[in-house]
Amino acid sequence: MIDEDAHNFSISALRNGDRVEFARMVETYYTPIYRLALKMLAHEQDAEDVLQTTFLKAFQNIQGFEGRSSLSTWLYRIAANEALMLLRRKRPEQSLDEEPAESEDNLPLPAQFTDWCCLPEKEFVTTEAKAQLDRAIQKLPEKLRVVFILRDIEGLAIKQTGEILNLTETAVKTRLLRARLALRESLSAYFSERLLLE
Amino acid sequence: MSQPAHPHDHSACQRLLASIGDYVEGEINLELCQEIERHLSGCENCRIVVDTLSKTIYLYQANAQDTTVPGAVRDRLFSTLKLDAILPRKP
Repeated sequence: MIDEDAHNFSISALRNGDRVEFARMVETYYTPIYRLALKMLAHEQDAEDVLQTTFLKAFQNIQGFEGRSSLSTWLYRIAANEALMLLRRKRPEQSLDEEPAESEDNLPLPAQFTDWCCLPEKEFVTTEAKAQLDRAIQKLPEKLRVVFILRDIEGLAIKQTGEILNLTETAVKTRLLRARLALRESLSAYFSERLLLE
Repeated sequence: MSQPAHPHDHSACQRLLASIGDYVEGEINLELCQEIERHLSGCENCRIVVDTLSKTIYLYQANAQDTTVPGAVRDRLFSTLKLDAILPRKP
């Protein structure tokens, strides 16, 4: 998460086409934007395409930026939309429009009940374990994945995540819980096997 | 959500599942928190779900900053935006 206040960007300079201020903004945000795209897409070239498109669109539209949201919210929104559109283009047969349920009434019931928390710490930091974390994210439906990445990878607040995705805070919380429960199931399957090998 | 070995109020497992997100974030009122902790002390499967859920979130957050941007990707971005002369990459 980036402390926007610490950078103190001049919105008026950005809107007036100040290239130095724009470069400073790009320098500040290109890493989190790339990270969002890479975690969403799991493909380096696609992530780079989203990164470039995000800042090209920001440059083209900065004059219309009114500061109603923060700069980071605005940039994350462009990037998230670009990543979701790319996924739609690549996999049109898969419907992104199938809304995840927003209610907590019918949450998927946990199925894995092995306590793998007691594994030695070295088990959690292997390259294989980290690859497993990434694979588990890719198994999430896109609309849950984006919420999880913004909240738990980027460390954004529920409110800002909602602003970026145009969702209510309740909807963000429900999608986040669904994502976290699904990831717990994936990781439980993997780490339970590690436990057997201990 | 679980099949505890001993008989207890199974509907409490379902209620816990709905509140588990707020519980692991520590955003829950004292009364509900106490109810959940009473339930967890008697329901091994729910305790495992809460503990492994917390661990799952921790692992992702601990690895969150692992992704770095290759220098060439940064260079191509700044070149595309015609900003490379304004803010060259630090060696």
